[in-house]
Parts: sequence; C-alpha cells; structure tokens
Amino acid sequence: MEAGETDLSLCRVTRSDEEEGISLLFTTFAILTVVGAVAAMSLRQLVHSVLALIVSFAGLAAVYLLLGAQFVGLAQVLVYVGAIAILIVFAVLLTRGDGDTKRSIVVGSWRQSGAVAVVVFAVIAWAIYASAASQRAMPRQPEVSMRQIGDALMVRFVLPLEVIGLLLTVALLGAVTIAMQEKKERR
Amino acid sequence: MGDTVDQFFVTLQQWIASHTPVGLQPVISTVLAVIAILGVFALLFAMTTVLERKGLGRIQNRYGPNRVGPWGFLQPIADGIKSLTKEDLVPRGADKTVHLLAPILLVLAAFTLFAVLPLGRNMVLVNLDAGVLFFFAVSSVMEVAIFMAGWSSGNKYSMLGAMRAVAQMISYEVPLILASVTVIMAASSLSTVGIVERQAGYTGVLPHWFLFTPWGFAGFFLFMVSATAESNRSPFDLPEGESEIIAGYFTEYSGFKFALFFLGEYLGMFAISGLGITLFLGGWSAPFSFLTWIPSYFWFFAKLLVMIVMFIWIRGTLPRLRMDQLMNFAWKFMLPMALINLVNAGVWHFLPHGVLRWLLCGGLVAVSYVVLGRGLTQGWKLEKRIYRFAE
Repeated sequence: MEAGETDLSLCRVTRSDEEEGISLLFTTFAILTVVGAVAAMSLRQLVHSVLALIVSFAGLAAVYLLLGAQFVGLAQVLVYVGAIAILIVFAVLLTRGDGDTKRSIVVGSWRQSGAVAVVVFAVIAWAIYASAASQRAMPRQPEVSMRQIGDALMVRFVLPLEVIGLLLTVALLGAVTIAMQEKKERR
Repeated sequence: MGDTVDQFFVTLQQWIASHTPVGLQPVISTVLAVIAILGVFALLFAMTTVLERKGLGRIQNRYGPNRVGPWGFLQPIADGIKSLTKEDLVPRGADKTVHLLAPILLVLAAFTLFAVLPLGRNMVLVNLDAGVLFFFAVSSVMEVAIFMAGWSSGNKYSMLGAMRAVAQMISYEVPLILASVTVIMAASSLSTVGIVERQAGYTGVLPHWFLFTPWGFAGFFLFMVSATAESNRSPFDLPEGESEIIAGYFTEYSGFKFALFFLGEYLGMFAISGLGITLFLGGWSAPFSFLTWIPSYFWFFAKLLVMIVMFIWIRGTLPRLRMDQLMNFAWKFMLPMALINLVNAGVWHFLPHGVLRWLLCGGLVAVSYVVLGRGLTQGWKLEKRIYRFAE
C-alpha cells in the first residue's frame, strides 16, 4: 500500500548536490516569508494580518528544513504556528472588534518613521558588513542528527534545560492556580 | 512466502518505479505512495461513515442506513454525489478567501499527518529523524484551519465553535505530548520507525509493546483521551455541539466544503489513532509471536479499525461534557497525571528488572489515579437526578 524507503526525505534533498534546485526552493520560501511579513504589516483587517504572519512563520520553517535543521524547522511550526499565532488571534479577538478597516494604513508621520527605519537598517547592515563575521569562510554544513541534539541537551546543557523546565512548569501551575481561583462556586 | 506477501506493496511500488526513466524514479515512487495513502484513507473514511452510522443506530435502537447497496454499504457514494451536487452557499458577511482556504488547509494538513506513520514493515512515506515532532507540528496547523473556518464565516455560532475548538485542542495538546514524551524517552528516538522497531520482539508469546508497562498503560489512556479531545469527537464534541451552537465552526459550510470538513475530521482521527498505535501498540507488529506470519499492514489496519470502533462506541455511550468540566478535566487531572507518568517512566527505566519494579511503578500509577480522581470530584454533589417531566 505505501512506499518503502523513498529517496526523497527532506534531509537528503538538502544534502544533495543540486545546488540550483535548492536555491530555487530557497528563493520561493524567502519570497513567501517576506511577502507574508509585508502583508502582516500592511493588511487592514487584524485577523488577516495574523494569517499573513502565519504564512511568514511557515516560510521561515521551510527555510530551516531546507537547511537541514529539522528540529528547529518543526519546532518553529509547532511553537509559532500552533501556539504563538493562536495566542495572537485570541488576543486580537478578545481585546478589540473589527476596528477601523477603512482608514489608510499609512500614518501621517510615515516620512519620519521611514527615515528612521532606513537609518537603523543601514547602521545594522554596515555593522554586519564591517564585522569579522562576514569575512569568515562558509563552514561546511554540519550533519546534525536528532540524537546529537538530544545528547547536547541531556549532557552539556542539562542544567539550563532543567532550569527552563522548572520555570515553565511553575508558570503552568501558576496559570492553572490563577484560573482556578476565579470560580469559588461548587461544580 | 510470508515475506513476499508482507512486502508485496513495497515490491509493487519498486517494480512500477523501475519501469520509468531513471531520473524520475524517486519522484514516481513517492507519487505512488502518496496516491496509495490518499486512496486507502479516503476509502477508510467512506467505510467509517457507514460503520459509524450503523453502529450508532444499533446503540440507539434503530437500523441506520440500509437502503443503498448491500446492507447500506454504498451509502457514502450516494452521500458523495449529494454533497457534490448541492449548492455551495457562502454567506454575504463571510470573508470569501479565508472561507475557501480553511477546508482545503484542514484536509491538506490531515493528509500530511500520514507521511510519517509506518503502516507496515518498510511502509512509511518519509522516515524523518523527528517524525513524532513532525506529526505534532502538522496537527497544530489544523487548529489554524479550524480558527480560519470559524472566523471567516462571520457567524457568532461559528466563532464560538472555533474558539471552543481551539481552546480545547490547545489544552489537550499538553497531556497528549507529555504522554508521548514517555515513549520517546523509553525508545530514545523521535522517529516513528525507530519507535516501532524498539517495540519488536516477544517474551514468550507476548510482545514488548509499551502498552504493557505501568507507565505505558497510563500513557496510552492519557493519549487516547487527549486524542479524542484533539479530534473533537464525543464526549469532547463541544465545538460542534448541535444543541448549543448548530454545527460549530462549520455551520456556514455547505455542499462539498462541508464534506471536506467531515473528511478532515475523520482523517485527523485516523492519524492520531495511528500515532497511538505506533507509540504504544507496537505499530505494525503482531500481538502474539505465533501470529507474525500475517502481513504487517494487516495488523496496522486491524488495530486502526479496533480504535475506530472504540471511538464509535464511546460516541454512542457517553454524554457531552460541559465547558468547565472539559477544562477542569484537562488541567486538574490529565496534566498532573501526565507529569507524574513522565517521572514514572524515568523510574521504570532506572530500576532493575523484577517484581519490585512492577509493584513500585504500578503502585504509582494506581495511587496517582485515585488521588487525582478524588481531587477532581471533590465538592461535586453527586445525587440521584430528578426528572421533572420524563417520569
């Protein structure tokens, strides 16, 4: 009924020598990410903006997968699309109505803000270009398996991991406690 | 002989692919596998709708569909033609684009879930290193699709249904993932294929499934309860509670788009049952060592059908939960139980084999179940219900 070992697993595509195919895919996903981000900024309906943001997140995840970073790519989808986007949606829906969708998105002071944005971008771009990091040769793509990530998390970074885990569990229990106190009546 | 039958579909796929140009072979064999997945699970969906309606009919003391074809088993074809020929209504106040995209995204995501499920020996579309993570990542996209459907309909019932669905899916995702983490710990692999391989082998006639450990037993039930909630099925079907909010997030969908929601929901249920089978029930391996001659895919689909029947049975028997009961159950019972179970799996791993391990870990499961259950029901006034009009 189903396939056996197909030669098209995601990781193998990225490791193949077909640089051209990769750069084509990369361009597609990069455009998707940027278009999503621009749409998120420029759409008038807030929920549309969130949906565009989800497209942007998904595009970024695809780029991660393309680079062979399976864990980061899938975690990106799980965390950003599955949790953060939903959180934003809830925040938007619970705090305001449809809002004023007729008004132009361009505010009066767009020239000044645009200038500030260009200057900031220029400074950052110059800093990156001038720094030593841009002179370094491209390292070979490391072969990272899930097992290596697991080993690193469980051996070298076990303390930070435990601390974060403890923090998150406390936050979770705190949230439950806060939610519980609200209704004292019997259920 | 047994091996030939077992690998029949894999061989068939390779044979067809070998008759195509060399450069195209990987693409062709993937396309073949995708077509097989689409066909088989769409067919299973059609079968399940009949099974469900007949099963529910039995439970409710009526016949169920029995007019189209032998014993009514061609009913899905009639339903399909009906949904295709019906008018596709889109409300004037709806957000047209999002309204159209929502069912498509839902079905796409639901089908994508099957990519990492091993349906038999060597029968997996992609053997990802992070297969389980992939599954959860894709299933979280379904939440977005459901929200899109509810919001874009421009109807308060749809909106309420979508909010309920998303809140429920997020709440139950926590125990679902925590229950799966125990298996990932025990198998020390995130790959679905690796997890199935880890459960291979038999002691006497009994298999080494994770279900047959104290933490696996608790984990399986936590997983399946969360899975029921994730697939919005009764008794967790508040998002589409007919008596309260019409049909929830797909109230404003008609014709084929409605059928797509139906399809997406059932595919989600199959996929999550499939993951449950992969994680706890040994995937495609046989339940007894003397039954290993039966092909692996048979066992996978047999287990899947058993799960589906369980789902139908539960739907026919249990009443729907109230929203606060749903949330209390998730956060006050499922979550602590899953956290304790996580510790339990670690304890099990480090204790030496023997009776002591069984007593300690089994005891921990039993004690935590009783204590948490008591805690949940504390303050409930359980008394005989008085019917004012029915008696």
